[in-house]
Amino acid sequence: MIFLRKLAGLAASLPILVLPTAQAAVPQLTVYTYASFVSEWGPGPLIEQAFEKHCNCDLKFVGLEDGGALLSRLKLEGKRTAADVILGLDTALTGEAEQTGLLQEHNITLGSINLALPWSDLLFVPYDFGYFGFVYDSETLPTPPGSLEELVHDRDGPRIIIQDPRTSTPGLGLLLWMRKVFGTDDQAAWTALAPRIVTVTKGWSEAYGLFLKGEAPMVLSYTTSPAYHRQVEQNNRYQVAMFSEGHYRQVEVAARLSTSSEPQLAQNFLRFLLSDTVQNILPTTNWMLPSVRTGQGLPDAFRDEEVPERMLQFDSLEVRDQRKQWISRWLIALSR
Amino acid sequence: MRLSALWPGGFAVFFLVAVVGGSLLTVVLQFRDSNLVEVLSDTYLHSVIRFTLWQAMLSTLLSVGLALPVARAYARQSHFFGRHTLVMLMGLPVVMPVIVAVLGIVSIYGHNGVINQLLRVTGVAPAFNIYGLSGILLAHVFFNLPLAVRLLLPAWEQIPGESWRLANTLGMSSSQLFRFIEWPSLTSFLPGTLVIIFLLCFTSFAVVLTLGGGPNATTVEVAIYQTLRFDFDPARATLLALIQLALCATIALAMIRWLRALPISQGLQLQTKDRPDCQALTYRIQDAVLIVASTLFIGLPIAAIVVAGLQGPILGVILDPVLWQATGRSLGIALLATSLASLVALGLAMTARRLVLEYRKPQATDIALWVGSLTLAVPPMVIGTGLFLWVLMTDMPQMTTLLLIALVNALMVLPYALRSIAPVLINSGRHYHRLCQQLGLEGWMRFRLIDWPAIRRPVAFAAGLGGALSFGDMGVAALFDTSGAITLPVMLYYRMSAYRFDEAAVTALVLVLISVLVFWLLNRTLGRWPS
Amino acid sequence: MAFLTLEQITFALGDWQLRASVQVPQGHCVALIGASGAGKSTLLSLIAGFETPDRGQILVNDVDISSFAPSQRPVTMMFQEHNLFAHLSLYDNIALGCHPGLKLTATDRDTIDRALAATGLSELSSRRPADVSGGERQRAALARCLCQKRPVLLLDEPFASLDPRLRQQMHELVDQLRRAHGLTVIVVSHLPHEVARIADEVIFMHEGSVKEQGPVDITLGDPQSPELRDYLQFTGGE
Repeated sequence: MIFLRKLAGLAASLPILVLPTAQAAVPQLTVYTYASFVSEWGPGPLIEQAFEKHCNCDLKFVGLEDGGALLSRLKLEGKRTAADVILGLDTALTGEAEQTGLLQEHNITLGSINLALPWSDLLFVPYDFGYFGFVYDSETLPTPPGSLEELVHDRDGPRIIIQDPRTSTPGLGLLLWMRKVFGTDDQAAWTALAPRIVTVTKGWSEAYGLFLKGEAPMVLSYTTSPAYHRQVEQNNRYQVAMFSEGHYRQVEVAARLSTSSEPQLAQNFLRFLLSDTVQNILPTTNWMLPSVRTGQGLPDAFRDEEVPERMLQFDSLEVRDQRKQWISRWLIALSR
Repeated sequence: MRLSALWPGGFAVFFLVAVVGGSLLTVVLQFRDSNLVEVLSDTYLHSVIRFTLWQAMLSTLLSVGLALPVARAYARQSHFFGRHTLVMLMGLPVVMPVIVAVLGIVSIYGHNGVINQLLRVTGVAPAFNIYGLSGILLAHVFFNLPLAVRLLLPAWEQIPGESWRLANTLGMSSSQLFRFIEWPSLTSFLPGTLVIIFLLCFTSFAVVLTLGGGPNATTVEVAIYQTLRFDFDPARATLLALIQLALCATIALAMIRWLRALPISQGLQLQTKDRPDCQALTYRIQDAVLIVASTLFIGLPIAAIVVAGLQGPILGVILDPVLWQATGRSLGIALLATSLASLVALGLAMTARRLVLEYRKPQATDIALWVGSLTLAVPPMVIGTGLFLWVLMTDMPQMTTLLLIALVNALMVLPYALRSIAPVLINSGRHYHRLCQQLGLEGWMRFRLIDWPAIRRPVAFAAGLGGALSFGDMGVAALFDTSGAITLPVMLYYRMSAYRFDEAAVTALVLVLISVLVFWLLNRTLGRWPS
Repeated sequence: MAFLTLEQITFALGDWQLRASVQVPQGHCVALIGASGAGKSTLLSLIAGFETPDRGQILVNDVDISSFAPSQRPVTMMFQEHNLFAHLSLYDNIALGCHPGLKLTATDRDTIDRALAATGLSELSSRRPADVSGGERQRAALARCLCQKRPVLLLDEPFASLDPRLRQQMHELVDQLRRAHGLTVIVVSHLPHEVARIADEVIFMHEGSVKEQGPVDITLGDPQSPELRDYLQFTGGE
């Protein structure tokens, strides 16, 4: 320990290694979130600016790798956590987050807010949501499959790149989607699909990167992905295949912590997340659908036909209890 | 035995045990609810271990097997235009962030890669599929063949000119040269090279998942990540880490024992001009083919990365001050990590030398190299978690984050530093030990006058490689909060996760260029530092 | 009266054992001869301090030096090879004899210059060992031994690889320097008749022990033991 302290002292003398220290005086609100939320292209910087304008506080984002890392961090720190708010868990993880007993009810009357999705959870506030979907390259794949059923059982169907449910959120999303559509026949469905899976990657970035390189005409991503290409790149090439069974929904949520010394400020922040200001920022920075119907509506790049008509989702507690077993089934099916 | 004389190695070992053992212990003590028997009897884990061993073995044999003729070609043709640059570029693949390298490999060898496109257009042969074991092997050879060449080349540099002249007079054929002169010299470099590459392939993660084609291709490292991240079971992850460490330790030991290293002989003149077979046309053609083929194999994916970068929004990316702040931070981490690793390596090597020469424990060299290489088998995620818990328990300031990243990187760099420094230091000791004893050359004086001039070049190479490696590594950076102080690889990753693949391509190019620069600068300045 | 005394030294290396009692008067030159494995180099190593005897004493000028580190002993030694650091110039190599950290005083520089002159290396002092001939390398090593100013000089076949003419020149140089500086010299050689020219005495070792010791002419001219007779048969006479 002494050795590490000495090293820490050494670090202090190296200006390059010193992080900026926060100003005191005003109360500080620490928000744990995932990295891309706070990156310079994400919504973080804009939200911070907008919130600090009125709160007389210092909003500090702590960016971790992804939702999984967020939950790990919370569990590692336990009651010692510095977080006041945790932002960026999705519905596949909320069940486990609840189990930590570190979260506090938000006490926000969600009924008074014009939510775009039904929601009544007492701990978690949904700030945006999206649907998993297969994005395809319209130049190499003029007619994509119209359903998951077709994708799985058409032997001459397009080849796809997916993510690993053991290491990534979309990967887990597809696992749940398949389970929802095929029920206990999920293993047979996976086996039927297997020959057309080019590869299974660690995370979304690897898969999408390979897809953009043309390694497969289709990739597991989000239904909102084409909106990015239209809005930022003015590119209509990449489309999402809408499936008739419906799409698995991912809701991103935030919650405050019972250990927080600023419970009121934390609640204000959660309420602020549902304000029109933040909700208008989210679509074109986080590339997800806003959870509140704002007066402004969605940007032009988002299209109505890319919003699934049917929503599929498991209860988060069921996901928590079944996940391991379902992943084993997936492993067996794909290992054949 | 005067134990006090062994302090440099003692300190190095203490450091390693404290960081590795301490962090593993911290995790186990904090989360002790895992059952070793249950973990060990998990059939899923068994199949994962089988696959890990299988692919690591194949990858190692292929990488080193192919590296031998290539290294020999470079050794035989010691003077041609561009040789220096090509040898330096050999250090590049291993320092590139995995995701960047994989995208580069795919651009050339993938479904839609240059080669398959050519095959489709010309119809010479059917297009091939790299996803699966072949993809894993291809990528591992891409990373490790050049590394093996770099690690093996010194074997030829150790061969004294007298040996070549003798071979010349004896009229030895090329294969006899290999058998009687080159192979004996290689035996002191092969075990370490094999161990390092085996460990790198054993612990490979993103390459195996991405190019492996499906969940059959799962390494223990993947299982550890899964356990830690999605199952959140740190104790189980630590157990898996220990299993991996034990497996790697056993295999590395077996390799070192099996391939007994011969002591290195050193001549005054290190030159190959007297080599009988370096002028013959057949061998010159053969060498040229090997050098060109290996350069293309490695160079094409790198070229693809460069081309992709040049097509991106270059100005927008390089004019962004955040990029240069991140670069600065990454440089700081790289410098710290590589200094730390060099010091630990030096400590281990010094003490190993003392044990070999003064206490007549010849096995000390092997043990030091073994211990130093095993840090590659320690999963950074688990160490990172342990260190994080340390920080948490001792209320250390947040700014230690970057320091911890440097610490974990130092563990990753250590094997290269040790491999480069230890043999030379011990060899120098063999020659000059009695002379130094008699002259009373000890401690700092001996280091400054005798040892430093001998290890200067190896240290420079190790520092260059280590610096570049640490510079390009994302490692555990993502585990800690780096939102306020991101490193360049993290920035690259952020861009990718925000759809900005074109900007990411430019960032990758910047990263690769600076890696080369770091390698070149450290190698040059240190290598020329006067004695 | 003896200057260098080895009193009932024993030293074991596995099954092999060395037993020796030797006395050398000041300023004498002793040729140490014997077959390979007789223990010649080991005996020198014991005197120089690279090995520690299991039993017995090593006295120089009545002082027991058995427990001294090599650099603390009034002894300097030339090895068969690796007498010079390949990366240092001849000058630096020689200067290491004055100060192991190369912190040289004016007196040191004077000593080095004289050693260079005595060995005929003044012109070559800035060259590195690889850039001079084998004879010049060994002369440089000898020059360094001079700078160390130790009364006992041990030579472990340093000239074995030189041609006969050069070897003879080196022997003459050693003889010259011995007389000039009053050195006590022990020289190991495989060629008793060659080294006999500069030696006062001969010590013959066989299988780890001293078989014969005495003046050169008598010992070589009329060997007492069958082992020495046998040995001399194979080394050729004049």
